Amino acid sequence: MNASTGQQTSARGAAWLAALSHGAPRLPGYPPSVQVADVEAAGRAARLIAVVPDAASPLPRARHGETGLLEGWSLARAVHAAIDADRDSQVKRAIIAIVDTPSQAYGRREEAFGIHQALASAAAAYATARLAGHPVIALLVGKAMSGAFLAHGYQANRILALADPGVQVHAMGKEAAARITLRSVEDLEAFAATVPPMAYDLDNYATLGLLWRTIAVQDAAAPTADDLATVTRHLAEALADIDADPHRDLRSRLGGANRSATRAVRARLASQWQD
Amino acid sequence: MTHAALISRESFVELGARERARALLDAGTFRELAGPFDGLTSPWLERQGVVPQGDDGVIVAKGRIDGQPAVVMAIEGAFQGGSLGEVGGAKIAGALELAAEDNRNGVPTRAVILFETGGVRLQEANLGLAAIAEIHAGIVDLRRYQPVVGVIAGQVGCFGGMSIAAGLCSALVVTREARLGLNGPAVIEQEAGIGEYDSRDRPFIWGLTGGEQRFATGLADRFVDDDAVAMRDVVAELVNAPVNAPVNAPVHAPTSDAARSERYDAYLQRIDQYTAHDAIHQPDPAMVRRLYGAQP
Repeated sequence: MNASTGQQTSARGAAWLAALSHGAPRLPGYPPSVQVADVEAAGRAARLIAVVPDAASPLPRARHGETGLLEGWSLARAVHAAIDADRDSQVKRAIIAIVDTPSQAYGRREEAFGIHQALASAAAAYATARLAGHPVIALLVGKAMSGAFLAHGYQANRILALADPGVQVHAMGKEAAARITLRSVEDLEAFAATVPPMAYDLDNYATLGLLWRTIAVQDAAAPTADDLATVTRHLAEALADIDADPHRDLRSRLGGANRSATRAVRARLASQWQD
Repeated sequence: MTHAALISRESFVELGARERARALLDAGTFRELAGPFDGLTSPWLERQGVVPQGDDGVIVAKGRIDGQPAVVMAIEGAFQGGSLGEVGGAKIAGALELAAEDNRNGVPTRAVILFETGGVRLQEANLGLAAIAEIHAGIVDLRRYQPVVGVIAGQVGCFGGMSIAAGLCSALVVTREARLGLNGPAVIEQEAGIGEYDSRDRPFIWGLTGGEQRFATGLADRFVDDDAVAMRDVVAELVNAPVNAPVNAPVHAPTSDAARSERYDAYLQRIDQYTAHDAIHQPDPAMVRRLYGAQP
């Protein structure tokens, strides 16, 4: 995806938000690219949030579903509004990030106005919600790329992904990654085939231990009634798993087969920490 | 700065990561954890023809700052562009988690992160990204108890997912040599074209993302000379500041006492002002200063 080849937009995020919200209205006060709906899910109040394409965005580098300036700060507003609304409630509503984000926005306006700060606001909001006791779930229905995923989904207590080739997690698109590491795209793909953290596919990603569960569906782009029931059931099980977990941090992600060095580093730090 | 002062000062930018950490900690208190002799090297680089380094480009040092317990995490920009892979990322995330745990146990450990990084190490892509998410989580947790102070001294700057980490810090220190942005110039040019972002136009890039501009627009809190003693003094002041006190309000929000990452409403107002009038025109540094409120 670059300037010369044009970009395709994905409607998956909007489709899954529409299905899971059963036609509930979108909350007002957000740009068209940030859809927010409050629903009942598994007997519990939940706020669904998706970043979707807005071909009419005033910011031209964020018209294909990218997470940009408006999206980052608006995500923060949507999450903080839920935190504030539940401040005095014993049971905090779930926050479900529906992730279908091709990338962060790459542009001059974005850097000039501090897109890093916009995405920091979003990441901080999700992390704060998690620490405040909101069960936070990321549901990956399409691409979950780089800074966009860091801002929208990666702070979740649990990450669930549809088992579908269109679901990808990565740090950078192939063309840009090849250029930055001074390799050809072919070389990059060859390494990706043997180095699990470099791979673009979900099966390799699953070996890193970051996914709580993958979900088989019939149509990841246009969920069927069965798909909706399946995903709803898995979301309910994720909520129960979070409720049963005494910890509100991200330690449940550290157990992956291909993440042993992560564990070794933490063990060494802990053993040497006390003066 | 006088000629004599220039001669007598010690550059901070020219120090390596380990020496930078040492320069910030009280004399004689530096103690490195998970160091180069602990056998923690990247398990992913060698098979891609890259020689690993014993510290994986990240130094974690415990010690004291003005007598208070502190941990300094310093990224070595000279190794793989300061990129974060599995091991280096886990060092920073793990240290932040232990510092937060200290605070829950009554030990007021504070933290300093020295950013010198392009972000995710692409040779370890998804494990770098995951570690950076955990670093974000660690900062947001720890900053509830103690300041987490970020420093971007230069010359690599701070990009990618780690620029988001910088945006989460309780306070951010920059020098004239610093750059701060989400996307590196070459990546933007690759993705958006040279008309959008000319990665070889250095004055253009420094004007938008350099330390002076980030300070002037409130996206950083302190602008410090390249002087190791001055840097230590500023960091010591900031790590001893009360938690949640705004250090350099980025947009004029006199009633706000929130961290910069909590001021989303104020930033959205500024972006609305921009898009309401002339989003067709690309912003220049002066426009951003006007919108965000220039420092005197």
